[in-house]
Amino acid sequence: MSLTGLFLTSFLVVHLIGNLQLLKADSGFSFNAYAVFMTTNPLIKTVSWGLYAIIILHAVKGLALAVENKKTRNVKYAVDAGNSNSHWTSRNMGILGTIILAFIVVHMSDFWFSYKFGETPWKKYTIEFANPEQINVEEISGVTKSVNIVSETHQVLIAKDLYLKVKETFSNVIFVIFYVLSMFAIMFHLWHGFASAFQSLGINHPKYNPLIRSLGIVMAVIVPLAFAIIPVYMFLN
Amino acid sequence: MKLTLKIWRQNNTQTKGELKTYQVDNITDDMSFLEMIDVLNEGLVQKNEGPVAFDHDCREGICGMCSMVINGKPHGPSDAVTTCQLHMREFKDGDTIFIEPFRANAFPVLKDLVVDRGAFDRIQQAGGFVSVNTSGNTIDANAIPVPKENADMAFDAATCIGCGACVAACKNSSAMLFVSAKVSQFALLPQGAPERKERVLKMVEQMDKEGFGACTNTGACAAECPKEISLENIARLNREYLSASFSSK
Repeated sequence: MSLTGLFLTSFLVVHLIGNLQLLKADSGFSFNAYAVFMTTNPLIKTVSWGLYAIIILHAVKGLALAVENKKTRNVKYAVDAGNSNSHWTSRNMGILGTIILAFIVVHMSDFWFSYKFGETPWKKYTIEFANPEQINVEEISGVTKSVNIVSETHQVLIAKDLYLKVKETFSNVIFVIFYVLSMFAIMFHLWHGFASAFQSLGINHPKYNPLIRSLGIVMAVIVPLAFAIIPVYMFLN
Repeated sequence: MKLTLKIWRQNNTQTKGELKTYQVDNITDDMSFLEMIDVLNEGLVQKNEGPVAFDHDCREGICGMCSMVINGKPHGPSDAVTTCQLHMREFKDGDTIFIEPFRANAFPVLKDLVVDRGAFDRIQQAGGFVSVNTSGNTIDANAIPVPKENADMAFDAATCIGCGACVAACKNSSAMLFVSAKVSQFALLPQGAPERKERVLKMVEQMDKEGFGACTNTGACAAECPKEISLENIARLNREYLSASFSSK
């Protein structure tokens, strides 16, 4: 759980850097260019299949762990100690994980599936390097493959307009709320999970604990909040 | 002080148990929790009812026999004490107190509040010892230099009395805190080095065989431990186990 969990956490950072391109006011040029890079680079493609496998492995292992641990106490206590001796996030990792898994399924079918297999319009971006602020955008059809040509004077990018799909999704308030709530699930999952992963690997040392704690706050609070800001920002714009 | 007690009564391992309600009077602040149950039992015996069975021995917090979950907490509401060290001044007149046995499938209830903690003995027997030559030429332990810091940490781990509160508190009934203390007290000392790898592998194997759950680092064990065994020991157990698994033959 610890190794797969830490890998998935590191992926969140990479994913966030990509998503922050959505905040740029460039008609989706940066974001669509990033999407082309992520779906065509052979190294990234290999890692992404590994990522899908690790998501499944983490979920299956987590489920097995929850089921096995549930079986260890047939007669329950009449009075539960509750939060008096442990943090509620640590006792509800399975539930939080299930919410996150449901989110991943919805999220992947929203964007990943529609990008790869659905009907996504194509855009052609032209940028003159003499005037990089000016991005010329036009809708084109009949394209089957993305193109990115960089010459000395200009860049031409032909890409599926995932930006438009994201914009459409986040114009729906239901999706915005669902995405923001899911980020809270990730926040609570990592609040326990990040430090717990190190403990499971045997890393609990006075020298490194402050670093793990600080990194844990960044991963569990700042990263999910940054993710959550994007749908809210796009909805308000 | 007058109290209402809801106590788990169960005849034996095979039968089902239930919570029964008792009233107890004339309890003073300076009584220990076990003395309060003694008062209850005297009354029950006078009424020709069976007394509540509970484990106890030294009544000074070092034997690890007392084993009760009081209002959802092993050894009751106070920190770093066993049930025998818990005073009735922690409760108020008119309180209702729930008293249950340590609950885990690995600790079957023998009668009422008495559970079988033989699983801990079997884990110890699997490797929680140092093989010492007792043929008459035993070397003085103090002849081997030990850094003070390690000696202190080993001593802290060795204060575990094996009461099982960690298992009772854990939502997974995990015995990791107990096993980690027993592994740590030797892993930190040169005397424990010859059997280091074998010890951790065998003790963990026995722990799993006994049906304890897996650790998910909730920390409830360390919070409830009457001897304040730290979670650092569990991290050390994980390190010991990982390194022994990689390098064992």
